[in-house]
Amino acid sequence: MPRINSSAELETLRSDILSARDPNKPCITLCSGSACQATHCKKVAAALEHEIETRGLQDQVHVRKTGCHGFCEKGPILVMYPEGICYLQVKPEDISEIIAETLIGKKIVERLVYVDPTTGEKITHEDEIPFYKNQERLVLGLNTKIDPKSLEDYLAVGGYQALGKVFSTMTQEQVINEVKAASLRGRGGGGFPAGVKWEAARNAPGDTKYVIVNCDEGDPGAYMDRSLMEGNPYCVLEGLLIGAYAIGAHEGYIYVRQEYPLAVENVTSAIKKAEECGLLGKNILGSGFDFTIKVHQGAGAFVCGEETALIRSLEGKVGEPKARPPYPAVRGLWDKPTNINNVETWANIPLIINIGAAAFTSIGTEGSKGTKIFSLVGKVNNTGLVEVPMGVTLRDIVYKIGGGIPGGKKFKAVQTGGPAGGCMPESLLDMEVDFDQLTKAGSMMGSGGMIVLDEETCMVDFARYFLGFLADESCGKCVPCREGVKQMLTILTRITKGKGREGDIELLEQLAEVAGSSALCALGKGAPNPVLSTLRHFRDEYEAHINEGKCPSYSCKDLISYYIDPDKCQACMSCARKCPSEAIDGGKNLIHVVLQDKCTKCGSCLEACPVKFGAVRKISGEPVPAPIPQEARTIVRKSKQP
Amino acid sequence: MDNDKIDQIIDKHECKAGSLIQILLDIQSENHWLPREALDRVSEKLHVPMSKIQHITTFYKSFSLVPKGRHEVHICMGTACHVRGAQRVLDTVQDQIGIKPGETDVELKFSLETVNCIGCCALGPVMVVDGEYHGNIASSQIENVLKNYV
Repeated sequence: MPRINSSAELETLRSDILSARDPNKPCITLCSGSACQATHCKKVAAALEHEIETRGLQDQVHVRKTGCHGFCEKGPILVMYPEGICYLQVKPEDISEIIAETLIGKKIVERLVYVDPTTGEKITHEDEIPFYKNQERLVLGLNTKIDPKSLEDYLAVGGYQALGKVFSTMTQEQVINEVKAASLRGRGGGGFPAGVKWEAARNAPGDTKYVIVNCDEGDPGAYMDRSLMEGNPYCVLEGLLIGAYAIGAHEGYIYVRQEYPLAVENVTSAIKKAEECGLLGKNILGSGFDFTIKVHQGAGAFVCGEETALIRSLEGKVGEPKARPPYPAVRGLWDKPTNINNVETWANIPLIINIGAAAFTSIGTEGSKGTKIFSLVGKVNNTGLVEVPMGVTLRDIVYKIGGGIPGGKKFKAVQTGGPAGGCMPESLLDMEVDFDQLTKAGSMMGSGGMIVLDEETCMVDFARYFLGFLADESCGKCVPCREGVKQMLTILTRITKGKGREGDIELLEQLAEVAGSSALCALGKGAPNPVLSTLRHFRDEYEAHINEGKCPSYSCKDLISYYIDPDKCQACMSCARKCPSEAIDGGKNLIHVVLQDKCTKCGSCLEACPVKFGAVRKISGEPVPAPIPQEARTIVRKSKQP
Repeated sequence: MDNDKIDQIIDKHECKAGSLIQILLDIQSENHWLPREALDRVSEKLHVPMSKIQHITTFYKSFSLVPKGRHEVHICMGTACHVRGAQRVLDTVQDQIGIKPGETDVELKFSLETVNCIGCCALGPVMVVDGEYHGNIASSQIENVLKNYV
């Protein structure tokens, strides 16, 4: 692509690209995000390319490997344009049928379309599937339309229009005022108004300033930044460039987790192409503004998602947080004024400039404007990335979009906000989700992880899981976090092992209060939240563990036993064959018994027992019934002969 | 790993002390672990004391100061994977390859690590072997996957 020297040249190039494209030419898009790679989309892509080549259709159909479509549960996702026919969970062996039936024969391959589990209705088009229909994909939506490695694709969907507008019609102050007027709050966790942060960095004294993209998305259960960075890297670059212009920074850094190799690859490729076309480097679009970007990989430390720790890591140091103030806006990277926002925040900037603050603020609630991408995961039917306007209820997200809880199980809670977040029980399902409501409910927005829990999740064990995570990730600099989290973890672990003591709950509350009020950074300050929030809504589960030695969710290994009901057992040997520790005594026509001293409680027997028998069950908080006498164990089956 | 290769990596990062973490990551990605001699070379070329390099290599989880197996198995222990049975997956893998997280077997065949989230949350539980993702993995499938690696 040639170098683009002005906003006018950019528009000419865009119209050239668009006029060279025939909107009616068949185009097959295949989701190639990381989640789809886990469902082997690369093999599907290879099969697709092979099939098109063997049939000699290269000139008649365009194949586009896009970023994440969001409906990861049903990946790999293949969409055929111009009709918009959507096939889910496509396998390499389906490709030849898809090409023959749909591309050539113009017929639908019925077995690959979405089937609504409640109505049984078959849905052919992506945007009519309830998972997508109830979303408003202003930021994530472009992922499905572009190849993340193609600048042409990004330009074809209106990319760099916002930059052109900024350079040709807006001053730096006007850009900041627009972002302030949009009331865009940081999507990475804190929810601090981005425009205010930008203004502080702009007004801070000094000639050298920096801007940073935080893609150290360490919150377990959240992956929207990964999907944006992998699927639409130019959008993040455009947002960052606009921010740099407004703040007066000429160098930017993108800090990506090392666990996200595809994000590193795609953003590095995007930077290279943008440099070649003059969309990065010297005198961008003839504006006189210079800007360069470097990619920096993290090395596996959750705490580096905290801005001061991230900055230290960028400097090549150990990622330990610093006390604030001074804030990075005044003294950040190499002690220079620095503005840092996460990927989703930067990705909202081109949208705000394009549609204007007034249109942006018409979406959302009083205190939280725009949309938010959530990663809806855990015990829910439709897992994936969902983008909804702020203020949509939890119930709509979990049931309308998520399709409810699988396996007919009962909903227990939704956890948001990452390890330092909290749980919302069923009574809060009608809450409108935004920054302030989540905080009011004792949780927080965090980066947008939304983990659905069903009746089988033990809330004490869930709190223990998070404290284990935080103890592991604590950098060890301040005592309240290093020691406080460890002690809370010790107590929680002993409760889940059935060794909880009277007074443990009160002790947990005390420790939580001290750590929460005196730790140095957000990691330690938020560490008590999983404990406090589960205690607030599920105190009875803690009490059952301590007082009755019972795990009400039948989940804590030390508090449960597996038992075979002799009245239901048909002596079929299914469980005995699956048991890895030879803990099932029984034979053909001999009712099976679990040998408790050998049982490792792996649950294989429960899974193996045919549903029609349902003989294996879990017991907690009560003694295991004594095995039936040997003589009563033989099953006498009715003779098959008359 | 020879000094020429290490020097190449250092030069790629313009021999800047601020690029220490990036240099160590590149060496690790090339060599799978960080041998003492490599760290000595980095220390010498960047004029960074070994104590600081050790601080970095022990603080960040990606670095390994001991040799790794030919195949690296990562089990995601993120929240979404946790609620969908990651612990059972980890238990099964431990049983089958006979090592705990952070360990490498004596034949240097497998190294086992847990990861706090690899960002494939919708497909939990997830196991990654040599960079290949296995989503929605059931304990019963693990043996079949691992036997492909020799």
